[in-house]
Amino acid sequence: MRVYLDNSATTAVDREVLDAMMPYFTDTFGNPSSLHGYGREALAVVDQAREKIARLLNAKPTEIYFTSGGSESDNWALRGAAHTYQKQGKHIITTAIEHPAILETCKLLESEGFEVTKLPVGRDGRVSLEDLKNAVRDDTILVSVMFANNEMGAIQPIAEIGAFCREEGILFHTDAVQAAGSIKIDVQEQNIDMLSLSAHKFHGPKGVGLLYIRSGVRAGKLIYGGGQERGFRAGTTNVPAIVGMAKALEISVRDMDNDNEHIKAMRDHFIKRVLAEVPYCKLNGGMEHRLVNNANFSFDYIEGEGILIGLDLSGIAVSSGSACSSGDLEPSHVILACGATMEEAHGSIRFSFGKDNTMEQTDYAVEKLKETVTRLRSFSPLFKEIKGEDTYV
Amino acid sequence: MYNKKVLDTYANAKNTGEIENADGVGTVGNASCGDIMQISLKIEDDRIVDAKFKTFGCAAAIASSETATEMIKGKTLDEALQIKNADVVEVLEGLPPQKIHCSVLAEEAIAAAIKDYRDKQGK
Repeated sequence: MRVYLDNSATTAVDREVLDAMMPYFTDTFGNPSSLHGYGREALAVVDQAREKIARLLNAKPTEIYFTSGGSESDNWALRGAAHTYQKQGKHIITTAIEHPAILETCKLLESEGFEVTKLPVGRDGRVSLEDLKNAVRDDTILVSVMFANNEMGAIQPIAEIGAFCREEGILFHTDAVQAAGSIKIDVQEQNIDMLSLSAHKFHGPKGVGLLYIRSGVRAGKLIYGGGQERGFRAGTTNVPAIVGMAKALEISVRDMDNDNEHIKAMRDHFIKRVLAEVPYCKLNGGMEHRLVNNANFSFDYIEGEGILIGLDLSGIAVSSGSACSSGDLEPSHVILACGATMEEAHGSIRFSFGKDNTMEQTDYAVEKLKETVTRLRSFSPLFKEIKGEDTYV
Repeated sequence: MYNKKVLDTYANAKNTGEIENADGVGTVGNASCGDIMQISLKIEDDRIVDAKFKTFGCAAAIASSETATEMIKGKTLDEALQIKNADVVEVLEGLPPQKIHCSVLAEEAIAAAIKDYRDKQGK
């Protein structure tokens, strides 16, 4: 059996989405910037997609800018806004658990003289509004807090943060890459000034995303060149990918309640069984404000990548927060920020469910997980079985 | 990222565990770095007659432990000390660059186990 439990890494393109994209590779293939008929046809298609997406996010079409994906959108939002508003201050607030697209961009901004405060999170992986209020200074120009975390699924109090920033007159960006598809996004209601999305996280194609920029907000530009996206994002418009993203977002909003119910039932069943049947493991993050598809565990005495490969050999795809998976020596900064020890972070595994998974697959994954954990512990130098009882040495 | 040989070695490791009343035991690495490797040896007439490992670590660390313990069986202590991490990598038909340190750990664990034996003998 093959079981894909890595839906937070990427998702399969929906068949409906693929069908919607197909005509724009071969038939209506024009460049929307061209003045002739081919171009005009393609432009009309892109305009429709932009309108559809704007409607789904409760934004205006002129506030949607298409990009190559989440990382570009995050880079653009932070660098563009920081550079535009630096005369008013050079202080930026973000969190300790952001995606590298945010954290690495912040590092770059720091090297340019900006100051960055990273808010801590509780064991449940959430930032507190109190901490944000205390971190704000007279020279704070930008707050960037992810909508939901990609590793342990914590959903942040975005509407509250947005309301506070609006009151203070501070620009608010959110990386909603992991949230889109399972949480309703409404940029008006949630007081969002800038928002990043990536299509492949909600059954759209890879290589396309968007940055929402509220009208009136000046976020400059990241990519220089031609005059696409009203002069703010150069590069030939990726028509089929944009059509695919619009379709995928439409489907995800249309089916959200049903999909969430199905996914949550499997995820909850999985968490319940693992906690009951696998000794010495703990769930990272809290349960109350958690993406419905996410389960993240730390397994004591064994290392995450060893578990990942063991599951992979049984046909089960997951990801790990161990240093060995990432290629550097530090284990997951997210799991550490939630209060885990280095050992726990090294032994962390993310299972992320999707609409195409089944309960049968979920049970299969539990069984194979039990086998893998038992095997790896049988030769872990940190673990010893004494008189039939599992004991830590 | 891993080749088939590494995956097979990880999946079918048979030198796992600990030798009872081992003549030499070497443990290297630490948990906060994500790797601990322990090799225990049975030694007769200066020759390694059995070797087992216990490893906390990634698939490469486990495959390197299995390969190293397999390579030193039947070798004299001096022959075993000649085995370098590159030899382990060669038997595994290559490791990803960021995993080379796992083979270094195996070389160090062998050396530590032999040193433990020689230190005990010296007493």
